[in-house]
Amino acid sequence: MFTAIKKGRLVAGLVVVSAAVALAGCSSSNPLDTASTSSASGAASGPIVIGSQAYYSNEIIAEIYAQALEANGIEVTRQFNIGQRDAYLPALESGEVQLFPEYTGNLLQYYDPSTTAKTSDDVFAALQTALPQGLEVLDQSPATDQDSYNVTKAFSDANGVTSLADLSKVTTPITLGGNSELQTRPYGPDGLKSTYGVTVGFTPIEDSGGPLTIKALNDNTVQMVNIYSADPNIKTSGLVTLADPKGLFLASNVVPLINSNSATPEVVSIINKVSAALTAADLVDLNSQSVNDQQSADTIAKNWLAKVNLF
Amino acid sequence: MNLFFDGIAWILDSANQGGPGGWIARLGEQLAYTFGAVAIAAVIAVPLGYLVGHTGRGRDLAVSLSGGFRALPSLGLLILLGLGLGIGFRAPLLTFVILAIPPILAGAYAGFEAIDRKTIDAARALGMTELQIVGRVEVPLGLPLLIGGIRSGVLQVVATATLAAYVSGGALGVFIFEGFSTRNYAEALGASILVTVLALVLEGIFALIQRLVVPRGVVAKEPTEIRTRSSRPVAVAGLPAQEGK
Amino acid sequence: MKWLSSNWDLVWQLVFAHVALSVPPIVIGFVIAIPLGWVANRYRVSRGIILLVLGLLYTIPSIPLFIFMPLFLGTPLLSPVNVTVALTIYAVALMVRSAADGLRSVDPDILQAASAMGYSGWQRFWRVELPLAGPVLLAGLRVVSASTVSLATIGSVVGVSSLGYLFINGFQRNIPGEVITGIVATLVIAVVFDLLLVLVGRLLLPWSRRDSRVRARDVARSRTAVLTGAG
Repeated sequence: MFTAIKKGRLVAGLVVVSAAVALAGCSSSNPLDTASTSSASGAASGPIVIGSQAYYSNEIIAEIYAQALEANGIEVTRQFNIGQRDAYLPALESGEVQLFPEYTGNLLQYYDPSTTAKTSDDVFAALQTALPQGLEVLDQSPATDQDSYNVTKAFSDANGVTSLADLSKVTTPITLGGNSELQTRPYGPDGLKSTYGVTVGFTPIEDSGGPLTIKALNDNTVQMVNIYSADPNIKTSGLVTLADPKGLFLASNVVPLINSNSATPEVVSIINKVSAALTAADLVDLNSQSVNDQQSADTIAKNWLAKVNLF
Repeated sequence: MNLFFDGIAWILDSANQGGPGGWIARLGEQLAYTFGAVAIAAVIAVPLGYLVGHTGRGRDLAVSLSGGFRALPSLGLLILLGLGLGIGFRAPLLTFVILAIPPILAGAYAGFEAIDRKTIDAARALGMTELQIVGRVEVPLGLPLLIGGIRSGVLQVVATATLAAYVSGGALGVFIFEGFSTRNYAEALGASILVTVLALVLEGIFALIQRLVVPRGVVAKEPTEIRTRSSRPVAVAGLPAQEGK
Repeated sequence: MKWLSSNWDLVWQLVFAHVALSVPPIVIGFVIAIPLGWVANRYRVSRGIILLVLGLLYTIPSIPLFIFMPLFLGTPLLSPVNVTVALTIYAVALMVRSAADGLRSVDPDILQAASAMGYSGWQRFWRVELPLAGPVLLAGLRVVSASTVSLATIGSVVGVSSLGYLFINGFQRNIPGEVITGIVATLVIAVVFDLLLVLVGRLLLPWSRRDSRVRARDVARSRTAVLTGAG
């Protein structure tokens, strides 16, 4: 009798172990697909699950959404800090996460890499059709936070570079620093080559334009870095953001991405009010409170909602 | 189709092998971190461990240090050092040195401790100086356990060196971070397979070395079998159910 | 520490999340490792195979293991279960060696004596073998506990809440104090777990203190054996 129990335990143990041995012995080519098929497709009832990127600024916006909904008696669950777009969009499509602060340009390029839309309105319009079934965006905010290429003041002065078009004049090799996914983005090294005819090397730095990126730039390990335009470091470190006359980067406004099942009129109206109130200057200011004043996302969100007299 | 085979295919694809960004170069970086960190750690930890093992002083401190360091989160340490030292190999290397010290320290002092006291007393009776005892008796006899500690340090570092890419320190982790953030899972998995195989090969090499370094005339067995057998084994056991009475 | 003073709530939340993430793998890993260790100890062949396979598992880098978990568990991508299972695998990998060593450290004469006294195999295992292996098991469990608490921080890289959040967030915001807080809090949790385990050990294994001379050496050795990977 006891041998049976022992065997049972042993089997349980071996199952766990062999599961690991069979690492990736599954027939799907995309491990993240399993998530979308295995979980229920969006629940309209129950708390709204709000997600955020593993990016402090995105988390502040998500926290603002959360507090705004809570102030109106809607229950929310925070599922913050979920890696990059490639990791969380499948979770949104499956309904595992229901509301997410996004950026129009980057999101559009994710779903439609060959898009030609450049201006804020065009991008927003194109995004509406590019989104997969079950996902929708609410009103976009005037606040923008888009990728931008930056150089040091010294580099800009020495080479006479203020625009991406000027880069072709630079004779020394240029290495671009940014998160590793930048390497394959349409506005990455390949885009620079095709749009501006500039060839650059690439060094991945995984801090989303954070301190290491800036340090690498100042140490001249890299000569140009990708930093989001709402990052207060651009100002505090005295960097020069290169102009983009040919529209390599798309306009990228803050926009709430929501699973359609959760887009009740009440939720939509609350979040739209938030989006309308959030200006570009506000966003830089919120980020600065986080980076320079070391405030928590919770406090920053609370103060901003009070400041703009929402809820 | 099958992700595992995609990973193998990624490894076999010659486009991913050569050049400074190919996996062969990254594997070299992974090995350089591993042996560089372990070598530096050994220079620090072996003399310290020998001192503790020979004198018996500071033993408790050494034990709790080697135990406590296991809880030190390597990602946090790496990031903290990265914030101070910037991108490149310095922050990861320093992190891995710190990671490799505890097992090597433990191996060094445990190697000395596992030696039967009678052997050392005999050496002393023969008129050996303390230095001779260390050099001719304790070091050779303690070698198997020291190599064991170094092996453990190597294995820990080789698996953790993937984190170096987080602060742009290169090595095989580059493919893992890049693969996941660009949905190239074959790449991420291929690199993971390489790390695992690398660790396995190192493990095999060390098992061999451990067998080779055993001094002639000494049977390398676990420390429990080296110790003098307790003179009253039965008393150790008792019968738990009745002991309270 | 400006950051800490305005983020106490966050730190507490993460400490609780971290504890909740670390405890199940330690407990489940221990429970799984005992029978595996028993099998490993019983036959020469199974010892080689089990220790080799688990040693191999321990070398799989944690980030890919966390991320690939949903693939064969069928769990949602962001579920903490992925990290729990991955940490359990590591815990088992570490613990089985201690379990095998612990069971082997029991004097065969004692087992024979127990059988002679009329214990069945099952009774003998529970009432003699397991308790006598206790000190060595405890030493192994303490290592597993420290290692699991430390590894749980990596869960944050895949979006599962733990103290590792403070590393990633502090990294982006360039706040060393936040990263240091994360490291210190992780160490504190590890130390508290360790003290608890020692306490539980004293309560459950009162005899291990009485004959401390011999046992302490055994335990110390098995502990260093786990640390050095020897044995």
